Amino acid sequence: MSSEPLPHLRRLESEAIFIMREVVATFERPVMLYSIGKDSSVMLHLARKAFHPAPPPFPFLHIDTTWKFREMIRFRDDAARRYRLDLRVHTNRDGLARGINPFDHGPLYTQVMKTEALKQALAAGRYDAAFGGARRDEEKSRAKERVFSFRSASQAWDPKNQRPELWSLYNTRVRPGESIRVFPLSNWTELDIWQYILAEDIPIVPLYFAAERPVVERGGQLIMVDDERMRLLPGEVPQKRRIRFRTLGCYPLTAAVESDAATLPEIVAEMFAARTSEREGRLIDHDEAGAMEMKKREGYF
Amino acid sequence: MAHRLEGIAGLSAFVAAHEGKSLLRFLTCGSVDDGKSTLIGRLLYDTKRLFEDQLVRLKSDSAKYGTNGSGIDFALLVDGLQAEREQGITIDVAYRYFATDRRRFIVADTPGHEQYTRNMATGASTADLAVLLVDARHGILRQTRRHAYIVSLLGIRHVVLAVNKIDLVGFDQDRFQSIVRDFNEFAAAFRFESVTAIPMSARDGDNVIARSPRMPWYAGPALLDHLEEIAIDGNGEGAAFRFPVQWVNRPDLTFRGYAGTVAGGSVKAGDEVVVARTGETARIARIVTMDGDLPAAETGQSVTLTLDREIDASRGDVLALPARRPEVSDQVAAHLIWMGQEELLPGRSYLLKAGSRTVGAAVTELKHRIEIETFATLAAKTLALNDIGFCNLSLSEPIAFDPYDENRATGSFILIDRFTNATVAAGMIRFGLRRASNIHWQALDVNKEARAASLGQRPAILWFTGLSGAGKSTIANLVEKKLHLMGRHTYLLDGDNVRHGLNRDLGFTDADRVENIRRVAETAKLFVDAGLIVLVSFISPFRSEREMARGIVREGEFFEVFVEAPLAVAEERDPKGLYKKARAGEIKNFTGISSPYEEPLNPDVRLDTTSASAEILAERVIEHLVRAGKIPR
Ligand SMILES: Nc1nc2c(ncn2[C@@H]2O[C@H](COP(=O)(O)OP(=O)(O)O)[C@@H](O)[C@H]2O)c(=O)[nH]1
Repeated sequence: MSSEPLPHLRRLESEAIFIMREVVATFERPVMLYSIGKDSSVMLHLARKAFHPAPPPFPFLHIDTTWKFREMIRFRDDAARRYRLDLRVHTNRDGLARGINPFDHGPLYTQVMKTEALKQALAAGRYDAAFGGARRDEEKSRAKERVFSFRSASQAWDPKNQRPELWSLYNTRVRPGESIRVFPLSNWTELDIWQYILAEDIPIVPLYFAAERPVVERGGQLIMVDDERMRLLPGEVPQKRRIRFRTLGCYPLTAAVESDAATLPEIVAEMFAARTSEREGRLIDHDEAGAMEMKKREGYF
Repeated sequence: MAHRLEGIAGLSAFVAAHEGKSLLRFLTCGSVDDGKSTLIGRLLYDTKRLFEDQLVRLKSDSAKYGTNGSGIDFALLVDGLQAEREQGITIDVAYRYFATDRRRFIVADTPGHEQYTRNMATGASTADLAVLLVDARHGILRQTRRHAYIVSLLGIRHVVLAVNKIDLVGFDQDRFQSIVRDFNEFAAAFRFESVTAIPMSARDGDNVIARSPRMPWYAGPALLDHLEEIAIDGNGEGAAFRFPVQWVNRPDLTFRGYAGTVAGGSVKAGDEVVVARTGETARIARIVTMDGDLPAAETGQSVTLTLDREIDASRGDVLALPARRPEVSDQVAAHLIWMGQEELLPGRSYLLKAGSRTVGAAVTELKHRIEIETFATLAAKTLALNDIGFCNLSLSEPIAFDPYDENRATGSFILIDRFTNATVAAGMIRFGLRRASNIHWQALDVNKEARAASLGQRPAILWFTGLSGAGKSTIANLVEKKLHLMGRHTYLLDGDNVRHGLNRDLGFTDADRVENIRRVAETAKLFVDAGLIVLVSFISPFRSEREMARGIVREGEFFEVFVEAPLAVAEERDPKGLYKKARAGEIKNFTGISSPYEEPLNPDVRLDTTSASAEILAERVIEHLVRAGKIPR
C-alpha cells in the first residue's frame, strides 16, 4: 500500500466523479449543460467515467443561439452519436423571431438568447439539478461560488443565501420548483483542464488548434468570419491568419488569439507562457467590474 | 514562478511531472486588516497566476479602491463580490488556486468577521494546513486564540504562524520571538503536529516566496518553501478501509456495482468486505473503472466495486474490512458548530447527513457550550449562530461512523433543517454512546401489516393543525364519528387532553412545544403501528415539527389538515376565553398573539372554516381519505 497521496489531476477527477454521482443519487431530474467547449468535453468525459459501464443517466442540454461556430455544431452532433447521448437542443424561438442578434443588440442578445433561453429550457424540462462547467478560477466573483449552487424557484442566485459546504457533505435538498446548479469542475484551473485533456486524450473542437482562418481585426480583437451573416464594417476585409481559440461561444462575440499551437502539448506549453486570461477572449465580460455577479443574479450560468 | 519552470527538458516530461504533482489544501485566517488578502494576492501574483488583463484591472482597481497609496493593493485581487467590495470587507469563504512546479495549491480564504466561525469551519473542513496571521504590532489577540481553537477542532494538524507586518516593527527579532512564545504557550494544548512561525511582510513580499535579506536573523523557510515541502499524510497510512456506497450501478441484469469514493485505507480485488450495518460479507470481485479494472483502490479514488455474491447493500451503507469495522450506533456524542439563523432546539428533529447516509436526528442532551476565547465550558440550553457545543444526539436509525479524530470523512456530519432545508450545523463525532453493533433489530412476527390486516383497514395519521379556536377539535370529533360509523378503528389525540396526562410536565416555551409535538408524533406512530387511523388535533405551530411527524411514518400515511381561520375570527370565537387572557398578558407564549404560528404551505387538506360548516368540512376530510385509498367508499 503506497502512502503517496493521489496526484492532483487524479484528485480533481475523483472529486468531480463523486459530485456527479451524488447528484444522480439524490435528484430526480438532473441534466448536464453541454456548451461544446473544452470544459464541457471534460465534463462529458468525467460523466462517462462516473457511471461506467452505464451511460451517463441524464440528458445533455445545449442552448443554441444559432450563432455558434459551425465546427462546434458538427462536433456536438458527432459526440452525441458516438456516445449515444440523449442530446436536447434549445433555442429561444421568441428571441429568434424578434431578430435578436449579436450585432445589433449587445447585452440584450446575451440576456435573451443565452440567459432567458437557459431558463426556458430548465423550466420546460423541470430539471431539479443542472451541471455546469464553471470553474472558480475563471473570475473573481466565482471564487465564492458553491459546488452546489442553490437557485430559488425563479432561478435567481442570491449570494447571501448560499449553503455552507463542509467536507464533501453536500446538502442536496430542494423544495419543489427550486433547483441546484452543480459545478463539478469548481476546483479546476484552466491549466488543469488542458493537462487533463492531454493526459486523457479527450476530443475537443478543432477550433482550439491553430490553423489558417479568415478573420477581421476589430477594436484590437480578432473575430473569425464563420459564415456570411458576419457583418463587415466599411473597409473590413477578412484575411487569413493563423489563429486558435482559448474559449468558444458565439462566433461574432469570441475573440481568437494568434498562435502556432496546433497540438495539445503545444497548447499546454503556450498556456504556461500565457500572459492573458481566457476571459479576455470572452467579449461578454468586458463591461464594468461586477458584471458577472449581476449576470449570475439574473440566472446566467 | 518563471525560474521554477526553467530547466525542464522535454515537454512531455514536464506534463507528466505536473500530472504527478501533489495537491495541498490550506486555509488562511486572521483578524480584519492583518493582511490576509494581501498575502494571498501576493502568492497569486508571485507565482504568476495573474494574467496581463487581470493586472491591468488590478492597477485600475488599486487606484480606485486601494488602501496602499499609489502602489498595487494585492488585497483587491481576492475581494470578490460587489457588495463586499463596496463595504470593503470579505464575508464569505473564497477559494484560490495557484501552482508551482512542485505542488498545486487550493487556498480557502476565510474572513475574520462576525460570521467567522461558520466560514472558518467551512474552509478548515477540507484543509490540511492552516496559516494563522497575526499583526506583529498587536501580537496574539483573542481572535488568534479562536482561530487556533477552530483549526484544532476541525482536525487540522499543521499550522503556520505568519507574523505579518514585521516591517512596521523594524524587523525586530525579539518582538517576533515573544509572539511565538505567547502562541506556543496556549496552543500547546492543541498538540498540533507542526507549528512553523515565519516573520513576514505580505505587502513587500519578505519571506513569502523567498527568504528576505531584511531579516538575516531568521533561519527558517519562506512561506512558499514550507508549503511546498511539508509532508501531508495524504491517505492516512494505516487507516482502516472505508467505502460509503454512494450509488448502486445497475445498467442491466448482469451488472451490479457499488459506486463510491474510498474514504479511508485501501482495498484489493479478492479482499473480503463486510457491510457495517448488517454484518453481511462478500468478496470484492472487481474494481471497475472506465480505464479498465484496478488491482487495488486507495483513499480518495472514485471507483465501482462488484462483489462475488448478492448482498443487501445500498446507498448509505459502509463497506469495511471484517477485522476493522466502523462503529455502528444510533446514539453519538459530538461537537456541533451551529450555523443556522434560528437557534438549536434540543428535541427538535433535524436531518443528519453523514457520508452518503441521511437519517433523522435530535439533540437529546446539550452538555455544554464552549466559550472559544477562554476555552471554558458553560452550561447551555441552546446554541445560536456561530456557537460551538458538545452534545448527545439520538438518530432515527443506526449509522456507521468513526471518531472524527480517526477519520474526518466518516466522522463528520451536517444537520439540515427539515423545513427550510438550510444546513444548520456541522458536527464532529467524538464517540458512539451505545454500541448497537451487536444488537440486532428484532424482526417481530406480528407486524404493522398483520395488525392492520386483522382490522381490515389501512392505518394513517390525520394531523389537524391551526390556531386555537379555529375549529380543530370540533372537526376532528366529527371525522372520528363518521369513521366510527363506517366501521373504521380510530383514536383521537387531542391537545388539551394529552397535556393533562402524558405531557403534563411541559409548558409553552418553544422548546417545550417541540417536545410536546415529538411525544404526540411518536404516540401517533405507535397507534399507526397498531393499525389504527389516528386523528391528532394540536395547534402544532411549527412547520418543522409537522414535517418531523410526517417523516416518522411511511410515505402516504400522513395527512396534514389545515384548519384555517383568520386570527381575528378565531379571536372573535374565543370558545375558552383564552385570547382575552392572552391579550391581557395573563397567558404567555400564546400562539397567534405572543408566539408565532407557521401556516402550512402545502397541506394535504385545507379547510376554510369561514366558508363552510364543520359538518361539510368533516365530510371533505373523509372524501380525501377515500381518494387516497385509505378507506373504501
Ligand atoms: N506595512 C505593512 N502593511 C501591510 C502588510 N500586509 C498588509 N498590509 C496592509 O494592511 C492593510 C490590510 O490588509 P488586508 O490584506 O486587506 O487585510 P485582511 O483584512 O486581513 O485581508 C492593507 O492596507 C495592507 O496594505 C505588511 O506586511 N506590512
